Amino acid sequence: MKAGRAVFQTLAMIPRFFLLLMLLLGFAAHAAPDPAVVRQLAAEESDDKIAAIHKLALTAEPEALAVLQQLADGTLKDAKGEDITINNRVRRELEGALAVLKLIDPDATVRFKAVKEIASNVDAAMAPMLARARDRETDANIRALLVEAHALATLKDADPQIRIAAAKSLATSADPNTKAVLKAQSEPANEAETEVRRAAFQSYLAVEDRLTLAETIGRIFSGLSLGSILLLAALGLAITYGVMGVINMAHGELLMIGAYATYAMQGLFRSQFPAHEDWYLLAAVPVAFFAAAVVGILLERTVIRWLYGRALETLLATWGLSLMLIQAARVIFGAQNVEVANPSWMSGGLEILPSIVLPLNRIVIVGFALFVLALVWVLMNRTRLGMFVRAVTQNRAMAGCVGVPTGRIDTVAFALGAGIAGLGGVALSQIANVGPDMGQGYIVDSFMVVVLGGVGQLAGAVWAALGLGIVTKFIESWAGAVIAKIVVLVFIIMFIQKRPQGLFALKGRFVES
Amino acid sequence: MPKPFIVRFIGATPTQGWLAIAAVAAITLVLLPALHLLLPADSSFHVSAYVITLVGKIMCYAIVAVAMDLIWGYTGILSLGHGLFFALGGYAFGMYLMRQIGRDGSNQSDLPDFMVFLDWKQLPWYWTGSDSFLWVIFLVLVVPALAALVFGFFAFRSRIKGVYFSIITQALTFAAMLFFFRNETGFGGNNGFTDFKRILGYSITSPEMRVSLFALTALMLLATLVLGRYLVTSKLGRVLAAIRDAESRVMFIGYNPLYYKLFIWTLSALLCGIAGALYVPQVGIINPGEMSPANSIEIAIWVAVGGRATLIGPVLGAFIVNLAKSFFTVAFPEYWLFFLGALFVGVTLWLPDGVVGLWRKLRERHQAAAKDAP
Repeated sequence: MKAGRAVFQTLAMIPRFFLLLMLLLGFAAHAAPDPAVVRQLAAEESDDKIAAIHKLALTAEPEALAVLQQLADGTLKDAKGEDITINNRVRRELEGALAVLKLIDPDATVRFKAVKEIASNVDAAMAPMLARARDRETDANIRALLVEAHALATLKDADPQIRIAAAKSLATSADPNTKAVLKAQSEPANEAETEVRRAAFQSYLAVEDRLTLAETIGRIFSGLSLGSILLLAALGLAITYGVMGVINMAHGELLMIGAYATYAMQGLFRSQFPAHEDWYLLAAVPVAFFAAAVVGILLERTVIRWLYGRALETLLATWGLSLMLIQAARVIFGAQNVEVANPSWMSGGLEILPSIVLPLNRIVIVGFALFVLALVWVLMNRTRLGMFVRAVTQNRAMAGCVGVPTGRIDTVAFALGAGIAGLGGVALSQIANVGPDMGQGYIVDSFMVVVLGGVGQLAGAVWAALGLGIVTKFIESWAGAVIAKIVVLVFIIMFIQKRPQGLFALKGRFVES
Repeated sequence: MPKPFIVRFIGATPTQGWLAIAAVAAITLVLLPALHLLLPADSSFHVSAYVITLVGKIMCYAIVAVAMDLIWGYTGILSLGHGLFFALGGYAFGMYLMRQIGRDGSNQSDLPDFMVFLDWKQLPWYWTGSDSFLWVIFLVLVVPALAALVFGFFAFRSRIKGVYFSIITQALTFAAMLFFFRNETGFGGNNGFTDFKRILGYSITSPEMRVSLFALTALMLLATLVLGRYLVTSKLGRVLAAIRDAESRVMFIGYNPLYYKLFIWTLSALLCGIAGALYVPQVGIINPGEMSPANSIEIAIWVAVGGRATLIGPVLGAFIVNLAKSFFTVAFPEYWLFFLGALFVGVTLWLPDGVVGLWRKLRERHQAAAKDAP
């Protein structure tokens, strides 16, 4: 099997065209199926019917497919013009045969599905048929699957040498089903020949290793994906908490505003530019940033500004603001979740192994988080504004003394933090439900990231977010989501015992207020 | 020679205070029950079951608010997880109420209905003894306090404070909520406990039981206030206020704030647990929603509205906010969150000392005016 193989429907169109051509030119010579066999389908005995079905299936001709399809639909007539009835046993065989014949369907996606289906329930009798389909196949991906299916079929061959060859060729598989088959083949109860057992067992080990690797990759990826969401949610909070020392409990609602801005842009594109609907997401990025930033400035100017130095009261006031924002969203957009669709270029997935598909939307989000992170890094470390923000974070009084306009920096930093939360909302809208309450769950999580990473530390937030994401996903895989959440919270509480300043403490001397 | 404890305890509450307590006790223990039980339902002086239950419920909240005030108003530690201790007390007593249903549940089984639904064959070990009233009272007193003691020890020892502490307590109650939502936890999952039938064999829906619970809650509230008064006027109370105002100085003088904080924190949780146990039979349901962070943070606003670092303030706050809630959720349900949010913002911005502070300020102004006048 080939790792890193992409399955794109658009690409699949090309071989489809060739196949049609081949069907028209090459196979025109093969006329209707043998009439004797077709007559046998109307036989009295089920066994005869099944034999006929097998014969037809093995020809691997489109015409045979048509006849069998008629039989399955109940429209095939016998010589007297009466419907041919079939019982369940025959129907089962018939369905298997139809699946086999789909292997020569002109549509590549149909062939792909058919070979997937057959591989999960392969039969020694199908081997010649699979070999024929394999030799005819032009699509590399489907061909690889057919090679594997053929090997699975010949694994039950009478000749031990062929079985050994089949077992060996299956070592490159990455299919959980193949793993099970190989395991069964390596047991004395199912396989008499020691040599075959040995080959099967070796292949089994190889497949198992590959599958474990794939699972680990999958978990790390979902951890990364969760981590990048946490990072997007926490980056803004890290800035505002670092600068002002206040926890903005309405931070989750800024995420919500970003998500609703995305929803609004989707609506706008649908009604105004339906041709470019797929690109609404790009337009939503700046809109969400500014929408959240404007709300952030409003919050800072009207409420938070008046509560400096009273951190606990700020907590309560911003909680009140978050309640009002939630209710406002309910009034404006309704209490139900709204539907935000993935643009077509973000749907689908990257299949790195048969057992593991990485959803494209999550890959895009990881990339987007990196982009936002780079943006914030540049802003904080390479601009004058960023220098001011860092100065206020480290020592507000001293920064004020050397001429940093601390009041204005507060507003700008708050707007920036809110805007980044808005960007997080854009990302969230693509993978989570968009509704008035969506932000509520994120405030605790993102604060945990800030606590774990250390206040005012970008690097800390990054490591903490990714670490939390990956650890959560690994615990989830063996203990379930709820236990994972509890374990992580307990872990953070324990961690703060040891390092109250977080992973990356600001260096310097501080007097506790 | 120091005065005996009982003298100090009683002396902590001034004479007017005792008079007020006597008045409230007369109303809640005699007048309201009599009006509810003795008058016919159509009499204009009849107090309906709704009013008794509502006031009883709010008095439970008031106990929680006073407990919150001890830790926040007097010690300066804002807990956003007090709903957890309240719910733990409620769940502990709820276990007893579930067992009292006996075979009257919809499945006619000795096990609570939700366990039959989960196909459990016997009670889990932590339900042992839950049919004994005394053991459950013991649990009500011990479980929330113990949870608070363990958590507080680790949190205070590493000097977690300020917003850190607040958010961690919020995370704590959030985690507990998730835990109780699971069916496998054995506390009824999503639905929690409900459909209670009896306490000590007496029907829970009878007017007598309703009034008894009401009176018990009122007594508990008054006792909490007297205890609170004693604590905050004692030496311990002064140390707590000092911790609130300048913790490092307290340490430099030679006190270890850990034990003071831990004591008041655990006591506060204990009071919440008792309030929860009184709340559940009156309201008739307990579910993990009580542990939601939103519920816990609402407790803080009761205290803030009433006035921090006063004892009567939290009681007033609990009544003001919850009566407003009862009114809004019936009359204008869609505006309740706007109102509550505005309350959070408005009180923190303009009423840092709550309605008690406002009243004091007005009185001072009035007195100053009276002094200037002649």
